[in-house]
Amino acid sequence: MSLILLAEQVLNGLQFGVMLFLMAAGLTLVFGVMGLINLAHGSLYMIGAFAAAAVAGATGSFLLALVAALAAAAAAGALVERFVIRRLYDRDHLDQVLATFALILIFSEGTRWVFGSFPLYLNIPAWLSGPVMLPGGIQYPMYRLALIGVGLAVALGLYLLINHTRLGVRIRAGAADREMIAALGVDISRLYTVVFALGAALAGLAGALVGAIQSVQVGMGEPVLILAFVVIVIGGIGSIKGALVGALLVGVTDTMGGLLLPPLFALFMEPSAAATAGSALASMGIYLLMAAVLVWRPLGLFGVRT
Amino acid sequence: MSERSFNALVLLGLIAFPLWALWADEPFLITLATRAVILAIAGVGLNIALGLGGLVSLGHAAFFGLGGYAMGILASHAQMYDPIMTAPILIEGTKSMPVIWLVAIVVSGLAALAIGALSLRTSGVYFIMITLAFGQMFYYFAISWPAYGGEDGLSIYVRNGFPGLNTLVPIQFYGLTFAILLIALALHWQIARSPFGLALNAARQSSVRAQTVGIAPFRLRLIAFTISGMITGLAGALFADLNRFVSPTMFSWQLSGEIIVFVIIGGVARLFGPVVGAIVFIMLEHVLGGLSDYWHIYLGALLLGIVLFARGGIIGLIAGRGGHG
Amino acid sequence: MDNVLQTIGISKRFGALEASRDISLTLRSGEIHALIGPNGAGKSTLIAQIAGTLKPDSGSVLLDGADITNLSVAARARAGLGRTFQISALAMEDSVLQNAVLGALGASGRLPLFGAALAKGEIRDKAEAALERVGLSDRAAMRVGDLSHGQRRQLEVAVALTLTPKAFVMDEPMAGLGTRGSLGLTGFLDGLRSEAPILLVEHDMDAVFALADRISVLVYGQIIATGTVSEIRAHPEVRRAYLGEEA
Repeated sequence: MSLILLAEQVLNGLQFGVMLFLMAAGLTLVFGVMGLINLAHGSLYMIGAFAAAAVAGATGSFLLALVAALAAAAAAGALVERFVIRRLYDRDHLDQVLATFALILIFSEGTRWVFGSFPLYLNIPAWLSGPVMLPGGIQYPMYRLALIGVGLAVALGLYLLINHTRLGVRIRAGAADREMIAALGVDISRLYTVVFALGAALAGLAGALVGAIQSVQVGMGEPVLILAFVVIVIGGIGSIKGALVGALLVGVTDTMGGLLLPPLFALFMEPSAAATAGSALASMGIYLLMAAVLVWRPLGLFGVRT
Repeated sequence: MSERSFNALVLLGLIAFPLWALWADEPFLITLATRAVILAIAGVGLNIALGLGGLVSLGHAAFFGLGGYAMGILASHAQMYDPIMTAPILIEGTKSMPVIWLVAIVVSGLAALAIGALSLRTSGVYFIMITLAFGQMFYYFAISWPAYGGEDGLSIYVRNGFPGLNTLVPIQFYGLTFAILLIALALHWQIARSPFGLALNAARQSSVRAQTVGIAPFRLRLIAFTISGMITGLAGALFADLNRFVSPTMFSWQLSGEIIVFVIIGGVARLFGPVVGAIVFIMLEHVLGGLSDYWHIYLGALLLGIVLFARGGIIGLIAGRGGHG
Repeated sequence: MDNVLQTIGISKRFGALEASRDISLTLRSGEIHALIGPNGAGKSTLIAQIAGTLKPDSGSVLLDGADITNLSVAARARAGLGRTFQISALAMEDSVLQNAVLGALGASGRLPLFGAALAKGEIRDKAEAALERVGLSDRAAMRVGDLSHGQRRQLEVAVALTLTPKAFVMDEPMAGLGTRGSLGLTGFLDGLRSEAPILLVEHDMDAVFALADRISVLVYGQIIATGTVSEIRAHPEVRRAYLGEEA
């Protein structure tokens, strides 16, 4: 195995990781501020991807497609918050799980009804396609590199938003003490809608960006949602920093496991058996990582008991 | 109507309907009823964790799937006359239901013990996410392990056998699953009234209360979770036998969600909640599914309505409050 | 007189706040020891460390001479610590009897999967005896959620009784009881001290002065005085803390 291949896979892991971060950041914000577990977050990812594919198909503009993804997911998020989610804040987690599971059913079948069962395709724009040459002679797809850039930029943006803006102050205060900030005259229900829409927009963005390298289809959101849950369990609920570290760990573990385990197994097994055993174990890699974190730190790497 | 007489009515219906279908020569309806009964068994399993223990497991498909694969692996080796392993000891496949059931129960119980031991270190929303994630782990493992069909799953040509019965006759297989449902219900009933059940249920309502009288909730919950996984695993073996097919979809998160959904539709923590829920679920699937390809929209809307406005489920609407004890 | 329950130099900080500062406290057999102090003095924090929901930063807790500092809440209960809560922590959906039986089951240390929890026998007798003692026998079949506030307090005490503990820790058992209920409970606790000593956190000063053999005053996380009722009434620092008098 060459170093170049290794470096390429590390980059793939990073790219996968930052996309997971976009999902996990919204989930963990919504949990941290509103105490809500939202299974329908994957639907917002799907909505972003479909909106992007539809707009790109109609206009041919990738940038317009991204704007559409952000807008559609944020709007869907705000609407859902206003009419359903808002009734769930004071309910137990079981009710939240059921209601948001119901939302998945409605969103998934609704999308299938509108767009049909066949996957849509979203093309990488010409100005982002093709490989770039990285230092050390690594050829890497420009688009994937751009995804890493966008993900890190969003992480930085979220950091600035939360630590250096008025909205950020309110979000942090809302996570710490709901009654208090309501007593201080902050319109808490508007804050919740804004936070939810923000999380939704991030999910929609991730859906659109990933949609260009995978197909856009119903059900695409839930596997990513579950991975985002793994990220949050590893990073600790409510922590954006935990989401970032967890997402990168999961992304890199997943790609490196697939790359390294089969040859590792080949050291003491016959090659074909090693390939199957290696790839099967690699498919469990991130869950084993999660299990290890649970044994070591049940509240996640950056989790605090609330 | 009291909950008890409603339950009796449900049982009566589960006896009368298939007999009527037999008389009317509608084997498909018997199979449909069998499906409902098997799902009900899976739900009774979940209800022990969810209803009595308050453990919102979103990963019970893991046990359902393990039960299914226990059946698939044992039966596929038996039908190929190919032992599962020869060294250090010879293990053959089998087509005998009791043996398959035992293996399904043991395997899913061990998995539940391991998953429970990890996920019960946390609580609340962590627990939900972790069980969901472990369920997904089995799903991906089943897909990427090619020996037993990978993504395509495994087909069994002939339904497995039970001594003294011809399981290929729908009504006989139905009777078998119905008997197992009764045993599972009896087990739930016994656990609920036992000292263990009292403590488990109290720990669900107030963990502090249990601890203050010297009871550590972790062990109770782990035992309940394990029993719960075993029953759901057994249901998985039966389900695979009904379809004579297993595939990774038995591990899917949708299935975990659906099991919770019908337990809630029926009435959580009610003895017959999963039974009523499974029957209604199968009826909806059959009726709505016949009307529209997109029947999940209606299921979603119904579920949303129940969660937001009718929290006791169907039994709650009929029998009122007071599901416990 | 021997110390049944004892804290030795307990300290606990929350950031800049020193919630417990080097607290040493004893509960002797046969006594009622009241812990009083203004709101925010750190009474709840101290009780939490004795009961095991909070771990002290330093210092230790002894029960009957054994160090229980590192035991869980459940293990402390099994070691003989009976606790009641300021805000009722009961199984609200269950019946009064079921709650009392839970205590008796916890004390028995066995939770079998067979049999019936409410079956006639030793456990149930113990539970019913405890309900009888606090005067809740006729409410045994009621749901706890339907009980009045005062009745829940009585049930808290009954559940603690089923444990036959070596020491009681009671967090404001009188709160919300009203005058009659408060008097009734005062009489009851008066008799209870001979079975096991009681560490009593209470705001109702009439009850405290009527019951307490000794009183400790907690101010800003520190015990400023410990003594008999008359000693505490006369104590200059107590008068200053409560009344703002110059010493």
